[in-house]
Amino acid sequence: METTRRTGINIAQSFPSARANTLSLFLKVLNFGPSLILFLLIIVLSLTSSYFLTPRNVSNILAQTAVISVVAMGQQLVILTRGIDLSVGSNLALASVLGALSFHAGAPAPLVIAVMIASGAAVGAINGGFYVFGRLPHPFIITLATLSIAKGLALQLADGRAIPGMPPAISALGTDALGGLPGSVFVVLAVAAVFFVVTRTMVWGRWIYAVGGRPDAALRMGIPVSWVLVSTYVVSGTCAGIGAVILAGRTDAGSPLFGNLLELDTIAAVIIGGASFLGGRGHLGNALIGALMIGVIRNALNLLNVNIFFQLIVIGVVIVIAVEGDVLRNHLEGRVRVLQAGKEP
Amino acid sequence: MSASISASHGDAGEADRPVLTITGATKRFGPVLALSEIDIAVRRGEILCLLGDNGAGKSTLIKCISGVHRLDSGTIVIDGQTTAIRSPAEARSAGIETVYQDLALFDNLTPAQNFFAGREIAGPKWLPRGLRFLRQRQMDCEAASLLAGLKVTLPRNDAVVAMMSGGQRQAIAVARSTVFARKVVILDEPTAALGLRESRQVLDLVARLRDQGNAVILITHNMEHVIELANRAVVLRQGRKVGELIPTAHNKQQLVAMIVGA
Repeated sequence: METTRRTGINIAQSFPSARANTLSLFLKVLNFGPSLILFLLIIVLSLTSSYFLTPRNVSNILAQTAVISVVAMGQQLVILTRGIDLSVGSNLALASVLGALSFHAGAPAPLVIAVMIASGAAVGAINGGFYVFGRLPHPFIITLATLSIAKGLALQLADGRAIPGMPPAISALGTDALGGLPGSVFVVLAVAAVFFVVTRTMVWGRWIYAVGGRPDAALRMGIPVSWVLVSTYVVSGTCAGIGAVILAGRTDAGSPLFGNLLELDTIAAVIIGGASFLGGRGHLGNALIGALMIGVIRNALNLLNVNIFFQLIVIGVVIVIAVEGDVLRNHLEGRVRVLQAGKEP
Repeated sequence: MSASISASHGDAGEADRPVLTITGATKRFGPVLALSEIDIAVRRGEILCLLGDNGAGKSTLIKCISGVHRLDSGTIVIDGQTTAIRSPAEARSAGIETVYQDLALFDNLTPAQNFFAGREIAGPKWLPRGLRFLRQRQMDCEAASLLAGLKVTLPRNDAVVAMMSGGQRQAIAVARSTVFARKVVILDEPTAALGLRESRQVLDLVARLRDQGNAVILITHNMEHVIELANRAVVLRQGRKVGELIPTAHNKQQLVAMIVGA
């Protein structure tokens, strides 16, 4: 007994068995799965369609995924905390309508942008505020309610029609900027850079992961869980506002019909990209890869002359595969843990 | 080590007054009197075992000390200062750390990230806490030296806790309690879910916490562990304190009798 007392906890001797090694390897592949699939998809498509990798088409894909990418990054934070934001599409529509109305009321471009982003953030604050301080059991209901409210408000304000006209500074986002790439791509990159810094290097980012990993423990560790949750919805709403700026720039209009099914696309992007729906796991790259994957699949189906209805089916099937992959990953991790524990001295 | 222990044994330790004293602790849940007028005190470098059958009030008492519940009446004195503990955060800032039965670990974070969760080392100080930049390398270094000091070795220090075994997770949770604990560490049945060997390792870790000068409050059902480790044992039954003694192999029967009320 004396010898064990002296050596203390020596659990490093736990060599995982060969089986655990195989499982670990499989887990790694599973983790890299989304980027791998995206890469294979691009290779296959560039071989089957000579048009696919042309600068024109690549720029087209990037422009079309810009909105999904930005809004998916916000959605990603919400999903990290085990939540969901169903209101992003309507939120975007409302923001674009308010932007268009403020432009026609004589606001200069910076103010129009500010109106759209503030509108998005405000809807996000309502979502987060009611979810947390209204003590709702799940964010599903409140974001479903704001989905309806924001949509109705946008339709009401715009009289059910698109409002054409945006300041040149905003519509420039839709046209080519540097190196044949649309301006919106640079907005995506800028947002991604901010997200990277905030989630990887700041305390707030760490708190998001802690809250998503174990909300009750986060509370016991003194993390301001309520404010962390509210902040993720505000950020998600803000991203919808930025998405509104991009879409308004590309179409030179604000419309209550913008952002239709955007909640589906963004949630799909996050999950397809490899983040966990169970919370606490995932990063910026997941949202971006997922968004790009959706963009590539849509583009490919267009190039192959597959009709638009079938695209919805394909995206849905890909979501199911991705979620099952997540479940499989969790199961395998449990197995690896058991195998490693079994090898302990 | 032996100095601090002998000092706290019996009445020899008048020089070091208790770091934590609780007097008249009372807690009701509706009509149920969970705790009734309980007095306990614990000194640095000693292990106080809290004994009692299920529902005796052990967990309620430590939840009141660690800020999960609030006492209806009674005072908590820490280092001579009467302290109100209204939340887990307040308990932690008062120097009381708790290793919960469910460990409260973040499976998706590394051990170092777990150690500093909620109290990240970050700067600059003029920014609000959430917007400060993490000093990850400093936290990793401190975590590594802390684990080394407690002789806890993990397969990988940078792997997430989800991938670690029961004993490793328990060790991480206990080690986390020492990152900031400068006064009291509370452990709620740390060996409950562990095998023989892992239990041994965790008990050694508990002894090391004591040797580092922490006051340790330990809840356990294992009488062998009580006799081996405890400087004193307090027995609760139906929310009341029914006895306090220095456990030895000779008064084991007496202890058991107190617990079951025979």
